[in-house]
Amino acid sequence: MATTKRTVEVSLSTTGLDAHGKPQRVPLVVDESGQTVALEAPPSMEPDLNGEHMLINIGPQHPATHGVLRLVLELDGETVVRCIPHIGYLHCGFEKIGEYRQYNQIIPWTDREDYLNSPGNNVAFALGAERLFGIEITERCKVLRVMACEMSRIISHLVWLGTTCIDIGAFTPFLWAFQQREKIYEMLESWIGARLTTTLTRVGGMGADIPDDFVSKLSAFVNTFPKVVDEIDRVVTRNGIWVGRTVGLGVMSPEEATNFGLSGPMGRASGVAFDVRKDFPYLDYETYDFDVPVGTNGDVYDRFLVRMEELRQSTRILAQTIKRLPDGPVNVDDHRVILPPKSRATSDMESMIHHFKQVMEGPRPPIGEAYVAVESPKGEKGYYMVSDGSSKPVRWRIRPPSFVNLSAIPAMVEGHLLSDVIAINASIDIVMGEIDR
Amino acid sequence: MSASFSPVIAGSALGPNAPAPATPRNVPNRGGAMNPTVDAIRARFSGAVQRADVVWGETTIVVDRARVHDIILWLHDDPSQSYNYLSDVTAVEFRDLEQPLEVVWHLRSLPYRRFLRVKVLIEKGSSMDVPSVWDIYKAADWLERECYDMFGITFSGHPDLRRLLMWEQYKEGYPLRKDFPLRGRFSRSEQLRQALAANPEARYSKEELSIADAFEDLPVDMRRRLDTGERTGE
Repeated sequence: MATTKRTVEVSLSTTGLDAHGKPQRVPLVVDESGQTVALEAPPSMEPDLNGEHMLINIGPQHPATHGVLRLVLELDGETVVRCIPHIGYLHCGFEKIGEYRQYNQIIPWTDREDYLNSPGNNVAFALGAERLFGIEITERCKVLRVMACEMSRIISHLVWLGTTCIDIGAFTPFLWAFQQREKIYEMLESWIGARLTTTLTRVGGMGADIPDDFVSKLSAFVNTFPKVVDEIDRVVTRNGIWVGRTVGLGVMSPEEATNFGLSGPMGRASGVAFDVRKDFPYLDYETYDFDVPVGTNGDVYDRFLVRMEELRQSTRILAQTIKRLPDGPVNVDDHRVILPPKSRATSDMESMIHHFKQVMEGPRPPIGEAYVAVESPKGEKGYYMVSDGSSKPVRWRIRPPSFVNLSAIPAMVEGHLLSDVIAINASIDIVMGEIDR
Repeated sequence: MSASFSPVIAGSALGPNAPAPATPRNVPNRGGAMNPTVDAIRARFSGAVQRADVVWGETTIVVDRARVHDIILWLHDDPSQSYNYLSDVTAVEFRDLEQPLEVVWHLRSLPYRRFLRVKVLIEKGSSMDVPSVWDIYKAADWLERECYDMFGITFSGHPDLRRLLMWEQYKEGYPLRKDFPLRGRFSRSEQLRQALAANPEARYSKEELSIADAFEDLPVDMRRRLDTGERTGE
């Protein structure tokens, strides 16, 4: 697995700097135990506040919290002593509603949960339901789903990149990122008719096959997109302000990251080389040639580098899907789960019965349970479904990656400055729709 | 790269000759290769495993409630298992109300690329107390709080078991239980009335204010309301 190379080594800290921003130097001596210690501590620039702490409330309506997240911060001067996150402002009870819906009817709900990754969620849910039904999907469907997953990974990372740049003070990359995102949304619109809430998949197949000019549009995107990533890279990656506001913030060691359950770019930036696509593959991801970027420092800057590299790797996968896209049917040939064509449903008795049974009762999986995880842009997204043999699941559980990633925010922000809270929070890549569900 | 850096590589304990992971195909409903961890648990904790089966290729074990913490601790600590990553903590209640409620842990061993589902059954009418794994996995913090919030399962040993998605003053019960109606316990108009009558200031808990020593600086009437424990929706 390729490791991203750290090209910038800048040490910027606010304590220990003099009025001109130069590091304060103090003489070092060797004490009795052989330790090198400073002869005298550098004079503190901050006045003694006598332990008077201040309470700051960020959110739930604040643009930098990326949704309705509320953070209650206890500050000592400008340093965060304690952070209490509050969530649930967007709680809609998706999991409860899922228990009253047939499997295909749940797919629109998955759009609305992590709404930056709708196609990816649709694919994940369909994979879980197909495991529960015991269906093997067609080869063309697999490649189309990989296409959908990687397109939605690019969308999600572009939104993350743009909004994080705005949080930290850069505006231009936001416009460049959103221009590219628009291209993918146009492609999705030509594919399924919807842009944001796609409902792209069905149990056993896809809602629609790709239109004729889709592949040419996608190859044009694959050819031009890396240049835009390089441009953003050139503007941001070695930018002094960017580096100063991201390096060394919210550091998680690999052991901490695993223990806190961080997955996706968050875990990988900390050196946890875990990617569901590589380690527990689905949709034949093991046959695609791509690298998983892994960071070394686990700070905000590494998370940025990992996501930038993932944009390039996703483009690589997209190029491979175009080459290997096979002809053939998209949906499985099983009219217990896939609706027969409308023309046959109105002319052929058997198809009409299948159509009627599916619409009125819904397909019924055997008794069982399945936990199917995919690598969403945020991390390990799992759908856990339990069936009692009826057409509606007994339990539909979403394992939201950004929920688990966000739960580590107190450990990441405590000890940092108030302005760093915004950068650290942005680096988690949260979508409150997915956290509150 | 600093000297203390030790990356966690998934599959690292399997050695270089381990077969590459592949997409599962034609997974049977019941049966198939069982996770070797189950035999190790059976050998070490005799009698603690009530049932083990493979459903759709995933190994599920049902264990005794009193020993689940010891088993998960051993799974996490033992170098031959290394279940170092907690995917999920959740619960399942069946429509058949005679069936026991299940608490489910999804564990992953990143070094061995293994996945294990651990379950504890809560018979109807028995206590909802289940040991917390917060001391083993920090990831369990919010996952257990959510499970408590939605199902009312109390995880003993969790340091801060409060409601998470619903607000702390919520008194209507546990939304994902099957006896909770889909539309909630109150009519739309009653819910609207309660929302309009709510006092947003009361969203600050007294604890949050007092930790910051800001309590004394609040207006007198707000302090009085907080002192009497007045909260939204009451």
